[in-house]
Order: sequence, then C-alpha cells, then structure tokens
Amino acid sequence: MADKTLDAKGLNCPLPILKARKALKEVPAGGTLEILATDPGSVADFQAFCRQTGNELVEHSVDGSVYRFIVKHTAA
Amino acid sequence: MSSEAEMVKESISEAPVAVPKTKSMSIIVTKGSLDWAYPPFILATTAAAMGLPVSMFFTFYGLPLLLKKLDLQVTAAGNPAMKMPMFGAHMGLPNILTAIPGVDAACSTMMKNLIKKKGVASIEDLRELAIEADVRMIGCQMTMDLFEYDKSDMIDGIEVGGAATYIECACQSDINLFI
Repeated sequence: MADKTLDAKGLNCPLPILKARKALKEVPAGGTLEILATDPGSVADFQAFCRQTGNELVEHSVDGSVYRFIVKHTAA
Repeated sequence: MSSEAEMVKESISEAPVAVPKTKSMSIIVTKGSLDWAYPPFILATTAAAMGLPVSMFFTFYGLPLLLKKLDLQVTAAGNPAMKMPMFGAHMGLPNILTAIPGVDAACSTMMKNLIKKKGVASIEDLRELAIEADVRMIGCQMTMDLFEYDKSDMIDGIEVGGAATYIECACQSDINLFI
C-alpha cells in the first residue's frame, strides 16, 4: 500500500509530473507515492522524471486506459 | 501481460542507474499569444519539477504574460500550420476570414475550451506553479518603458531587469532557450 495516492487521471502533460513532484514532497524518505494517470505520455515522462531526479520507479502497470506508477522517494 | 505493459516494463529495465548532474535552464519569452505562451511555461515548470533551477526573461510580446489579469488570444492569420480538430478532420481558417471582427476572439475561446476539455493546464495555473516552484521570473525593463506598463500591473513575485540581467542568467545556465 503506497503512503500517498495521486489521482492525475484526465490531466494532460505536464500536470501529472508537476503534481507528482508536489505530492512527493509530502512523502517521507523511503516512502512511496502511487500515481494514476490517463495521459499516455506519462509512461515515458515518469521514467525520465525518476532517472533525472534520482527517485525510484518501483512499479508500473496499465489497466485499460489508466496507467499506474509507484514512485519511491529516494532522492536527496 | 498486455503488450503495452510489456513495452513499459522493457523500457524501464533499460534505464541507467546513475543520476545525471543537475543542469540549469534559462528561457527568453518573446511572444505572448495563447499558443506561444505554452512552450515556455510547460518547459519551465517541468524542468523545475525535475530539479533544474530555471529563469524566465519576459520581453517584448512576452511581457504581457506577467500581467495580473490575462486574456490571451490566438489568431489563425498567418498561421498556416494551425489546423484544429473539427468535424472529425483537421481544419485551418483562410486568412481573409480572420479579418472579420469577432473571428479571432471566437477562435481564442474555442481553443481555451479545447484546452480545458483535454485536461491541459491553463496558463494562469502554469504561471502560479512556476512561481511556487521558485522559477525566477524577470520582466524586461525596456519593454515596460516602451509599451508603458507599470510594475503594479504585473503579478507579485517578479523581478525587473535589462539585457545584462538576462545575459548573466544565460551565462549561468546550461540550457538557454529563445521562444
């Protein structure tokens, strides 16, 4: 169970990333944030975001039109 | 597993492990129509969300993007690549029609409705997110004098500077964009 869930469904680029960044600040170090999005661009975006910021993309999946990402707050 | 999920899984496992060194970015914003307002604000907010220090220098027609009240417009005039989704196809508007009073305003309203419908952020929201993310927003002093704008017309949280201020930003930034 993630520490926090962000519902970014129906939001288009760059909102899923911007909201995730904000939400991640409230997740303690080592904690996880679950993000639900419908923007297909978010698949590549969350990978790039995690690589660039040093957070870990623990899990990802897609269920119909909803993409689900689990990001672990590992960045300094 | 669906093929989409497999694709996503594959590309994640190829991701490198080391975190790249953080770069910084500066953007000169020279245009202020609804369509041209998006690239600088999307890039600035996303870069800031990814840890980059960002500065935006608003000059000439970009300066009104800092006004307290925004009423951004778009025109199809001289915009041959502007083709909007209508009636199941992509359609442009002949230049001559843009001379009819009210047509540009109608197009601007239609575009704003499309933006809202598709869940894209408004410029007002992106601007607020930029300020929250500590993006440095600088208004061009010369443009303010030229077009007779006052600092009190602008939103809070901006600086005012000249070309040398921008040049210093550019020298300190890894990525410099002219939009």
